[in-house]
Amino acid sequence: MNYPIVPPRASNLALEHDIVFYTITALTVFFTLLVGVLVVFFTMRYRAGNRVNRSRPVHEHLPIELAWTITPLLLGIMVFLAGAKLYVRQRTPPPEAMEIFVIGKQWMWHVQHSNGVRENNTIHVPLGKPVKLVMISQDVIHAMYIPAFRQQFQVYPGRYTEMWFTPTQVGKFHLFCNMYCGTQHSEMGGYVYVMPPDEFAEWLDSGGNDVRPTGFAAKGQQLFEKLNCGSCHGEKDTPQGTSLRGLLGKERRMKDGTTLVADQDYLVRSITHPYEHLVEGYGQEMPAYDTLTPEQVLQLAAYVRTLSSEGKASSEDALKTHSGSAATGDDNPAFGAYEHLKRMDQE
Amino acid sequence: MSASLSPNGQAHHEEPNYLNVTHTLKSWLLTGDHKRIAILYLISISVFFFLGSTAAGLVRLELTSPTGWLMENDTYNKAFTAHGVIMIFFFLIPSIPAVFGNFLLPIMIGARDLAFPRLNLLSWYLYMIGGTLALIGILGGGVDTGWTFYTPYSSLYSNSQVTITILGAFIAGFSSIATGINFIVTIHKMRAPGMTWFRLPLFVWAHYATSLIIILGTPVIAITLLLVIAERVFRLGVFSPELGGDPVLFQHLFWFYSHPAVYIMILPAMGVISEIMAAFCRKRVFGYSFVAFSSLAIAGLSFFVWGHHMFVTSQSMYQGFFFSLVSFLVAVPSAVKVFNWTATIYKGRVYLDTPMIYALGFIGLFTIGGLTGLYLATLGTDVHLTASYFVVAHFHYVMVGGAILGFLGALHFWWPKMFGRMYPQGWGKFNAMLVFAGFNITFLPQFVLGFNGMPRRYHYYYLYPEFQVYHILSTAGASILAVSFLIPAVYLTWSLIKGPRASANPWGAHGLEWEVASPPITTNFVTTPIVRDEVYAYDEVDEYEQVQGTEEIVHPTRTEDKH
Repeated sequence: MNYPIVPPRASNLALEHDIVFYTITALTVFFTLLVGVLVVFFTMRYRAGNRVNRSRPVHEHLPIELAWTITPLLLGIMVFLAGAKLYVRQRTPPPEAMEIFVIGKQWMWHVQHSNGVRENNTIHVPLGKPVKLVMISQDVIHAMYIPAFRQQFQVYPGRYTEMWFTPTQVGKFHLFCNMYCGTQHSEMGGYVYVMPPDEFAEWLDSGGNDVRPTGFAAKGQQLFEKLNCGSCHGEKDTPQGTSLRGLLGKERRMKDGTTLVADQDYLVRSITHPYEHLVEGYGQEMPAYDTLTPEQVLQLAAYVRTLSSEGKASSEDALKTHSGSAATGDDNPAFGAYEHLKRMDQE
Repeated sequence: MSASLSPNGQAHHEEPNYLNVTHTLKSWLLTGDHKRIAILYLISISVFFFLGSTAAGLVRLELTSPTGWLMENDTYNKAFTAHGVIMIFFFLIPSIPAVFGNFLLPIMIGARDLAFPRLNLLSWYLYMIGGTLALIGILGGGVDTGWTFYTPYSSLYSNSQVTITILGAFIAGFSSIATGINFIVTIHKMRAPGMTWFRLPLFVWAHYATSLIIILGTPVIAITLLLVIAERVFRLGVFSPELGGDPVLFQHLFWFYSHPAVYIMILPAMGVISEIMAAFCRKRVFGYSFVAFSSLAIAGLSFFVWGHHMFVTSQSMYQGFFFSLVSFLVAVPSAVKVFNWTATIYKGRVYLDTPMIYALGFIGLFTIGGLTGLYLATLGTDVHLTASYFVVAHFHYVMVGGAILGFLGALHFWWPKMFGRMYPQGWGKFNAMLVFAGFNITFLPQFVLGFNGMPRRYHYYYLYPEFQVYHILSTAGASILAVSFLIPAVYLTWSLIKGPRASANPWGAHGLEWEVASPPITTNFVTTPIVRDEVYAYDEVDEYEQVQGTEEIVHPTRTEDKH
């Protein structure tokens, strides 16, 4: 089984931290052993019944008292100074540090880079460049904690705080919320990705490729899969539902004998009010998805649209968009449908 | 002590004592006798300890899986909050002072009772009212803020039973204050003739220092908790920026009490250890005055270290220097105590009875607990370790390894005095070692977890499954610990009914409490004792007798031997 002994040392602050840490560890081990060994040794030696010299026991001894008062005091002050020196470094970001803005809220980290690229629960940073997180909370107190960087600071509502580091190792490191903030506190975390500077610059310029704002259709596809629409609306018509492939723009025969052209309006309306226009041969099989938000309905409709456009925007393409290849134009919501939804909301 | 005291020694069970003098429930519930109030406290804090331990057990069981398997997020959050609130406010803070302080302090200084018996009884009722309110909150819906009640989560965001629980902690605070005032007045005004300040047992010094902290610190937390209620109920903006308040202000006020409160929990335990070390080494505690004054030094300095909980807050960097430095200073008197206890064993005559094993365990665990505090007093390392499992491990070494081992040591040391019965030594010793082993298995892995960055108060760690090994180890240790808390419950209950009668001084210890009957009579003493010798005057034993003699000869006053 995999278990960590020591955390990775991935920032400029980590080594100095660990030197202080292991110094205190040495003192801890030394004094614990000293006390432990003496206690055990004295206990064994002076157990009642043992024939040992107990003559002239000492009860007061000022030099000894002073020695074991002053020695820990001096050692303590040395550790204090080392810790204070490190603390000054930890709390003093260099002026040239690159700023990244962080908003903490129950229960996620919202991160924005200076050029507007956003990410949630991840922070991409360049190797070897000082980075300063400028942080604020939207609700309760949180704390940004990156163990591999040995850096942590609380995040408040109504007040900006700062935390800085220079990453020294490429890789993926844990980030945590380390101030209890309610129900999903333990899930308010993610990763810091340290990238070589050129890769980072490319990442930033391309709008943050693996967290590119996801297109409407791609979100619609996620929703389509989540709601399991495909179990009835598959590649081919099934007894439960029609196939949605190539649906848009087609003329549909309705149960009541009328016909209509499947347009955006029809798509949207059929999700929220499926029994208004039942296609010939189908009953009231589909539940009305009227609890979806207007945005979600639009996303679904946008995805269904991609199923109708020949060739270039198959579902595979929609998936690709999601996973971050070239941006396509499928983000434009259908304005007619939007108007329709607004009407629906007002009803 | 060669004072003229009550006719004691071989107390026959027909003789009246504080336990059998009356039998009605009313006589217990309206008693002014400090010893009966101590027993009332012992029963009630045991109930709270059981509840707090159950919550801890649930938390540990849940953490064996990175995705949890027993409860939802909210339930988990309520479980760890219940553990913290119950253990801190309703077990650790009252534990040793309210039980053993109440019982022993008047006897140790040669008084018939505390200065204000009715105030003493009131303190128990306040404790019970506070405890009941908190339990209503915890069991009737639950609280999910953590025992620290950080704002603005507690004041504006939590949907749980915060108000009533805080009210319970608020009322329990007055119970502490009543006890603290009582102890201070009693120590100042009611010492028997000849009981000078430097003849006071170190247990009394420790309780004096504790009482100072209680009466100076507790009002601050009381006001702070009321302000949280005011913001929560009346939306009076104090701590929440939405209402014009300051969230960091709460941390300052909270830790202004809650760090000294750590010493409220540990100082009485240190007093217990001093008594046990002297009694079972048959020797005056080394450096009596250093041990006594170190308690006062801790009490004084404890009020200037609260900011070491706030090194990663918006508190200024320069304040950080101050709080870090004073935290190192407060570590020194604790170290002095440990060194003095160690030196006490030197040239002593050591009897490894049950209380002594607890005391030796205390020294080991408290040493680790104290030294690991240095990592958190050090500014640079605290930035990484604060609020991680390292902190959890550290304060459990102090609170469980220190305060609870001290409590168990006291319970086993003075049990024969309180109830006039012995308990099986074999079981007692075995259990003391079991506690020690179980404790270390539970909390040593948590240091590793903390150094590797596992945050405290985390329900799920499925993104970090590599931590599971340590959690499982910790839970295994906690299971041992749970058993080791149940075993004494069994043999001590057995002792109450069937345990052999204890003499007035079953351990051969020195001190006024060992010169009165076991159990003592209601007024403790028949006539006021006159103290003519020093505390811990163990050294009259003939050198020849000690070298030549067998254990029985050097142990003349022991009537109950090991089982």
